[in-house]
Amino acid sequence: MSNAIHLHYEVSGEDFTRAGEASGAVKKRLKSLGFNPDAIRRTAIAMYEAEINMVIHADGGFCDVDIYPDRIEILLSDHGPGIPDVEKAMQEGFSTAPDNVRSLGFGAGMGLPNIKKYSDEMRIETTIGVGTNLYLTIKVSG
Amino acid sequence: MEKYFHSVQLDADRCCGCTNCLKRCPTEAIRVHDGKAKILSERCIDCGECIRICPHHAKKANSSKLEEIRDFEYTVAIPAPALFGQFNNLDSIDVVLTGLKRLGFDDVFEVSRAAELVSEATRRLIKENKLNKPIISSACPAVVRLIRIRFPELCDNVMPLMAPIEVAARVAKQEAMEKTGLPKSKVGVFFITPCPAKVTEIHSPNYTAHSECDGAIAVSKIYPELTQIMDHLTEVEPLGQSGLMGIGWATSGGESAAMLGDKYLAADGIENVIRVLEELEDEHIRGVDFIELNACSGGCVGGVLNVENPYVAQARIQKLRKFLPVSLNHLEEGQLTQMLWENELTYDADIFRLDKDISKAMEMMSQMEDIYKGLPHLDCGSCGAPTCRALAEDIVRGKAKETDCIFKLRAKIQNVYDQLKGTI
Repeated sequence: MSNAIHLHYEVSGEDFTRAGEASGAVKKRLKSLGFNPDAIRRTAIAMYEAEINMVIHADGGFCDVDIYPDRIEILLSDHGPGIPDVEKAMQEGFSTAPDNVRSLGFGAGMGLPNIKKYSDEMRIETTIGVGTNLYLTIKVSG
Repeated sequence: MEKYFHSVQLDADRCCGCTNCLKRCPTEAIRVHDGKAKILSERCIDCGECIRICPHHAKKANSSKLEEIRDFEYTVAIPAPALFGQFNNLDSIDVVLTGLKRLGFDDVFEVSRAAELVSEATRRLIKENKLNKPIISSACPAVVRLIRIRFPELCDNVMPLMAPIEVAARVAKQEAMEKTGLPKSKVGVFFITPCPAKVTEIHSPNYTAHSECDGAIAVSKIYPELTQIMDHLTEVEPLGQSGLMGIGWATSGGESAAMLGDKYLAADGIENVIRVLEELEDEHIRGVDFIELNACSGGCVGGVLNVENPYVAQARIQKLRKFLPVSLNHLEEGQLTQMLWENELTYDADIFRLDKDISKAMEMMSQMEDIYKGLPHLDCGSCGAPTCRALAEDIVRGKAKETDCIFKLRAKIQNVYDQLKGTI
């Protein structure tokens, strides 16, 4: 579609204090575009959680963001270990994050549940040993 | 009259068009065109960072002159607690308050007294669970303005209570009217201000139609005369009526401490404030009930209209508070209701968005991304915009052209030269 804005970000796996750069940049753009504040907030939160996941579990990856007037589509893709049991990973409080990450307040097992909560559509493609693709759609109302 | 009143102004004669203020402005509200800085009125939050950074003193803060008090029959000075940190070897704030009276005011009313009322009101509202958590302090007008233009989702989290200055102005004016029998128009209340944001707040308040403060005089403006007077006082009147809680508002963390809880966060310095607001917006900050934000480093003692180093002032304030009672001011029946905002805080969506029409805005953003790709990404500021991205935005808004970028211009000239060379 010609009227979409495509954004692409590499997410570094080296330093998780840098996670949030992509979601921050997207948030800024959505504000300039004058999107509904609720949609901006949901996009920023869902994307940030997904970015953190990518850094903690998969040594980084990339995200592609397509902005349409009525929705925001996000793909977060990594070459990490994959998610063995998606259903379990979706449970609140379930976490496989290492201790050093938890001590900083991450890895509370709210990542995927929050992403689901804040997005309107969510789809996970994951293969053990190959990686994970997370597709998110945030609809814009009003 | 202009739509936006600003205390912060440019002194064009002194401006040499350098990039210091341009790079420092937290809302990207400054551009340099034709060798002079220009402040984009709608984006300026009057934080005063440009005043702080300008090596040529080309940025100034308009504030009231002391002579203006002559326009009123009876005047009350309402000093910010930061004022008390400006003096060496001060034993008691009574000396400053007596000094203010000798300076020409008929009476004084410390803003710190009203701060104690605001603290009590906040505690009560939190207890009654009437506020959206986390609650963001409404005391720093630069922060409130910043939220209004950049953080739409956080407008509902700002505490709906008037700042201590406004509460102080109202109580002081009422008391003066009762004491003197004069009508409101003859009583003048003047704030002694540590920063330009508060001057702006008095002229165009965020949450009331009209401020009861009749003017704001910069601390630095009265300082020389006030210290002279203070040095030669023969008698000190026992005027101070603030506890350590109210005085503590002068420094970052003081307002939070007055909440008497432990689930608070206090950030100071505009860049830190922005970082906290971003994280709040993304819900990364959890487990905190109250957020105190001060645009200036150190809190109000860091305001650009003070004379003393903020950290020295902070140390002095600590000493002054030492032997004071905790709090000397308490809410009267029905007073809290009068302290609530008259207007809701509204998000000013037009300031940063590219266009009202989303499709048009998206088209502009696509162009912006393309233009940005072709810029050198040095963020040097030579074009007059603070960053390459800001230049790209200015270009699509029709306010700048690509060759404002000196690298683009150089390439173009090279191109012309190469073509000419071919024809000769």
